Amino acid sequence: MLVATFWSPLVEPGFFSSEPVQVALVVGAIAAIVSGIVGVFTVIRGQSFAGHALSDIGTAGGSAAFLVGASTLYGFVAFNVVAAGVMELISIRKPRGRDLATGIVLGASLGLAALFLYEGTISSSTTGATVNVLFGSIFTLPPGITVVMAALGVASVVLVAVLYRPLLLSSVSYELAAARGVPVRLVGSGYLLALALAVSMSAVTIGAILSTALLIGPAAIALRVATRTGVAMAVAAFVGVFACWAGTLIAYDSTVWAGGNGWPVSFCIVAVIFVLYFASGIFSRLRGDRRRAPSNDQATAVRPVEVG
Amino acid sequence: MFANFMINAWEAATIVAIVAGVVGFFTVLRGAAFAAHSLPNGAFAGAAGAYLIGASTIVGLGLFALAGAGMIAGLGRRARSDVATALTIVLMLALGDLFLSRTTEYASEIFALLFGEVLGVSTSKLGPTVVIAGVCIAAIIALYRPLMLSSVAPDVAEARGVNPRVMDLAFLVVLALVTTMAVPVVGSLLIFSLLIGPAAAARSFTNRPPVAMGLSVLFALVTVWVAIAVSYETNLPIGFFVGAISAFAYTVGRVWAAWRQGRGRRQQGARDRAIPADQHTAHATAS
Repeated sequence: MLVATFWSPLVEPGFFSSEPVQVALVVGAIAAIVSGIVGVFTVIRGQSFAGHALSDIGTAGGSAAFLVGASTLYGFVAFNVVAAGVMELISIRKPRGRDLATGIVLGASLGLAALFLYEGTISSSTTGATVNVLFGSIFTLPPGITVVMAALGVASVVLVAVLYRPLLLSSVSYELAAARGVPVRLVGSGYLLALALAVSMSAVTIGAILSTALLIGPAAIALRVATRTGVAMAVAAFVGVFACWAGTLIAYDSTVWAGGNGWPVSFCIVAVIFVLYFASGIFSRLRGDRRRAPSNDQATAVRPVEVG
Repeated sequence: MFANFMINAWEAATIVAIVAGVVGFFTVLRGAAFAAHSLPNGAFAGAAGAYLIGASTIVGLGLFALAGAGMIAGLGRRARSDVATALTIVLMLALGDLFLSRTTEYASEIFALLFGEVLGVSTSKLGPTVVIAGVCIAAIIALYRPLMLSSVAPDVAEARGVNPRVMDLAFLVVLALVTTMAVPVVGSLLIFSLLIGPAAAARSFTNRPPVAMGLSVLFALVTVWVAIAVSYETNLPIGFFVGAISAFAYTVGRVWAAWRQGRGRRQQGARDRAIPADQHTAHATAS
């Protein structure tokens, strides 16, 4: 009863009983948890561009799959795994060069996507398909997709868990890890594979915008408030789920004040993430002042790690 | 292929390629590939917003590109630049989604911005393109020395009084101008390939900045010209050819660089073997 009195002014009727909303909440939570855990390493290693690019690169695989009549999801995953492999193959030592390799792969993939979409459909629905992948729609998911995406998410998280210690060491100090006999190249490739799986899973279901938002946003927030990597992962997953649910709720409620044409979910979730990001900045600054130790501030400003 | 309606396309593509070649050189040098992807991709939100209130799309595009540049630089003060860029593109795309959801009609004009419409460039679009292209080139000439120094040796630049944050912002503003110029003509996906591919390939062939910049412009020109010609003949999307040619040029550049490096090492080995034994050990310890 207490819960109901608390919720009723906030939640428009039908929020919890609507099936699209239920699916959206579950799918969003899975994507947020996996992205939060994988994203902490993405931020530490300075691979945000790769994380974002993979959500666009998969479009080429998705459209190729569409062309041959296979499932978009498998095309997405297959293409992203190959793209991650090519990025690793090109691998240049400096982080700058690594972003360049990502850019080349991204440019070529977008070109391929343009070709496949052109071949597959007539011009009017061409943009429709791409725009669908770009923005996604958390409210129009088929219910069966949750099982497949959960499996992909588990695979990605297990990979990160297995690699955890060598990955952390090689992310903080490449030379030290190499000197200790950590197979740094192999660990880096393994992480890129985990990233490819996580991004494919989230981009196909919730779209490229939210895929990047949930990968980088919560992790950047977590690394501002937590100093230990494991804690940061938990915080990131929690923040991601919170942002996802709060954003979905705001989008659902917005149909009332926006006159039937509600605000897009992606915008609402991104807005929540931004509010939390600035709040975390203030929090870390206050804590830094109190302790007179500015090092906590630098959590997201770790020096770029030389990898490659 | 050179019919009247194609003339604008050739001219627009040539201007865009020259600017992309010059600015792309610094993009690659500074490792700003993510910003080069984010600004053109995110700025379409500005066009969508302008469309919504009935303003000129190029003004909306320009304002959002500049705001995005400011945001990347601003957030970059307290976070790593790749995180700042990721947050910026996410916010811009989400705003674009919001603006698009406010209109009920299908805004084909806006979606054309993602993919470009180089074959449908009107003469009225050519004017702003030329003006902004001139501004971009002038800005790069004016910034050339400090920009080069802060890109290659940030520490030295800082010691000489070049503020790296100012240079960062200045470069992002130039990138925003390139976005405003190129996106209505060639689309956001294509300008990204043109900024990265030719410049990256050029760097594999030479270490001398002016030569690399010239090669970069040359590669960019060849890329768009060949892409337009082949696209016209085959009726396939131009974006595919630009992406493919860029990636091909980069691959050739990397193979060339690896081969040259390998040859250098072999020659070094031959020289080492030519040195008598005692000198050889001295040489080895010295190095």
